[in-house]
Amino acid sequence: MKLEYTPEQQTFRKEVRTWLEANIPPGALPSFDLTREGFEAHRSWERKLNEGRWGMVTWPEDLGGRGLDYIRWLIFEEEYYRAGAPTRVNQNGIFLLAPTMMEYGTDEQKARFLPRMAAGDDVWAQAWSEPGVGSDLAGVRSTCTRDGDHYLLNGQKIWSSRAVFADWAFGLFREPGSERHKGMSLVLFPLDAPGVTRRPIERMDGEMVFAEIFLDNVRVPVADRLGHEGQGWAVCMATAGFERGLLLRSPARYQVGVSKLLALWQAHKDTLPASMAERVAQCWMDADAYALAIYAMVSKLDKGGRIGPESSTNKIFWSELDIAITAAAMDILGERGELMPAASAAGDVGTWLADMIFAISGPIYAGSNEIQRNIIAERMLGLPRA
Amino acid sequence: MEFAFTEDQLAINQAARAMLVGTCTTASLRAMLKDDRAIDEDRWQTIAEMGLLGMMAPEASGGMGMGLADFIGIAEAAGYVALPEPLVEMAGIAIPLLAKLADNRGLLDAALGGNVIALGHPANLLVANADSAVAILLSDADEVHVVEKINVSIERQQSFDPFRRLFSVQWSPSAETLTHIGWGDTAQRGALLAAAQMIGLAQRCIDISVAYAKDRTQFGKPIGSYQAVKHLIANAQVKVEFARPVVHAAAAELPLGTLATRARVAHAKIAAGAAADCAARAAVHVHGAMGMTWEVDVHFFLKRITALNQAWGTPHQHRQTVIERMTTLPTGPDLTFASALG
Repeated sequence: MKLEYTPEQQTFRKEVRTWLEANIPPGALPSFDLTREGFEAHRSWERKLNEGRWGMVTWPEDLGGRGLDYIRWLIFEEEYYRAGAPTRVNQNGIFLLAPTMMEYGTDEQKARFLPRMAAGDDVWAQAWSEPGVGSDLAGVRSTCTRDGDHYLLNGQKIWSSRAVFADWAFGLFREPGSERHKGMSLVLFPLDAPGVTRRPIERMDGEMVFAEIFLDNVRVPVADRLGHEGQGWAVCMATAGFERGLLLRSPARYQVGVSKLLALWQAHKDTLPASMAERVAQCWMDADAYALAIYAMVSKLDKGGRIGPESSTNKIFWSELDIAITAAAMDILGERGELMPAASAAGDVGTWLADMIFAISGPIYAGSNEIQRNIIAERMLGLPRA
Repeated sequence: MEFAFTEDQLAINQAARAMLVGTCTTASLRAMLKDDRAIDEDRWQTIAEMGLLGMMAPEASGGMGMGLADFIGIAEAAGYVALPEPLVEMAGIAIPLLAKLADNRGLLDAALGGNVIALGHPANLLVANADSAVAILLSDADEVHVVEKINVSIERQQSFDPFRRLFSVQWSPSAETLTHIGWGDTAQRGALLAAAQMIGLAQRCIDISVAYAKDRTQFGKPIGSYQAVKHLIANAQVKVEFARPVVHAAAAELPLGTLATRARVAHAKIAAGAAADCAARAAVHVHGAMGMTWEVDVHFFLKRITALNQAWGTPHQHRQTVIERMTTLPTGPDLTFASALG
């Protein structure tokens, strides 16, 4: 057990910090979920990251990465959040699809998709949920009908983050007539293919963070299936493990959130009850606890270990932590909390309201926390299925 | 940076755990209570023979010269079985303190051989195991005094946990008892080791709850197949998963002796205590009315958790340490580890 960074790791941190300081766009970019301009501004940032070879440092060098271990990825993330760099518009691609493609993709698929993903040329959306299929993902009804060396995709997908402006999607489909976990395949398809219709869904704050996708005889080559035919469920579960357990929500995100909370509390503490210090301290501890748990997980991964059902404990913990942080901030802001940032009486409300609204969705997306608790109970602890 | 135990650490932990789980069954606990025994002599001798008591004593003194990171998994295992014998207090605190004395009057050898040395640290109200001890480390003006058992008078203060043999101690400091050393990091070691035991106790509460929930049927099905019961237990497991790494980090960092490491220990104690408290209440609840009885084993673990949660600094006191660190040292994602603060 060595809880110190090596000189090489410290040098790496400095290199990341220096590059980010020199390259981060001044001021916040416009939202990627509201306008094409905002989306393209984020795509340009992805391009710039890739030119510096910072797109995804764990990827092999020939695919646009640096071939580094996950400890260095954590260091990169720490510096990224610390610098306040833009949110990754391609997170569905780089954090979810890419690690799955590393495991299940063919060499041709990796060479064709990953460098373009790293460069931001293809921004990805996830197409799993359907109007009738949320937590019970094995109930997917959308189909992939084999037609020679093509599939015809039909059905309806929903809650696809970034899909309003994204270029490609990875979707879960089934052979007609198959049931439950059998007969499913993960198929990649361009969002501008003939037969694809996208309908933006407006979130309660007006942003168009997700879309509904209608598929009407969308023709895609069989070569764009990820993993074997009928293996779609296993492929999806690998993606979900990365999503819940590690890549989607790196600890630095919450540590920076807590630093902001701490600053807000310090600015107002003279007018707050002493108990507020304990709430802030609890958030501070929980963010550190999440970081330590992830360092332990990554140390295991770097030695060849795998992410198991414990990824479900991570998902519950980070989503509840996000709620605790933003709820504490709202209580510190008091009556001003409801004001939109542009209101003249808003003062230092910052983005806390938007952060709080987003935090509310944490226990729902990436598999609801109730499903995660079932996974913990059944696969970690061995309790019987219902 | 590598946050994982070594193969050697895992091997010694597994050997100790297997011995403790194999010998310290709840049947053994019940037999000890029936005979009013404080120590199971066979097990205590095995513990001494395995060298566990001397893990953190210097090799020159007959110990293994290891550190808290080597021992922390054994403290967890001691908690898992609600061990009655003072392995953790002896190996983790008393023996390393004795090893620092210029003249330990033969007590170090005696302790390594299994003679009990009790601890009267100022963080705690009472002295555990004073009746079975040959000597007690006591405190006067923040200095450590070694007092032989014949020079103290003790009075049992009955704990809810029948294996916590607590005593108030009357004694007089003198030139002969003075050791000329301070307590050093004893308060942090005590808090950390209590935290580690609570991780083990929490996991035990979860494990016995799982076993019972698989066995007990209602409405024609095992109660563990119902989501309400599953989620109760899963929530406790989540708390354990995010307390354990804090305890392990605290063990590795404690020797740095900074405010950041003191706050890590405080965090470990708070988090492990909260996890254990949650797991104990879940265990009672899963066992239903039986969970409240003497007949079902839950109470052994609940009682130890109730005691350790307040021993070696209360959660409230530890929170103040965390707040001090959070408000006086820099924070941020690059400063997770105490070593990064310089």
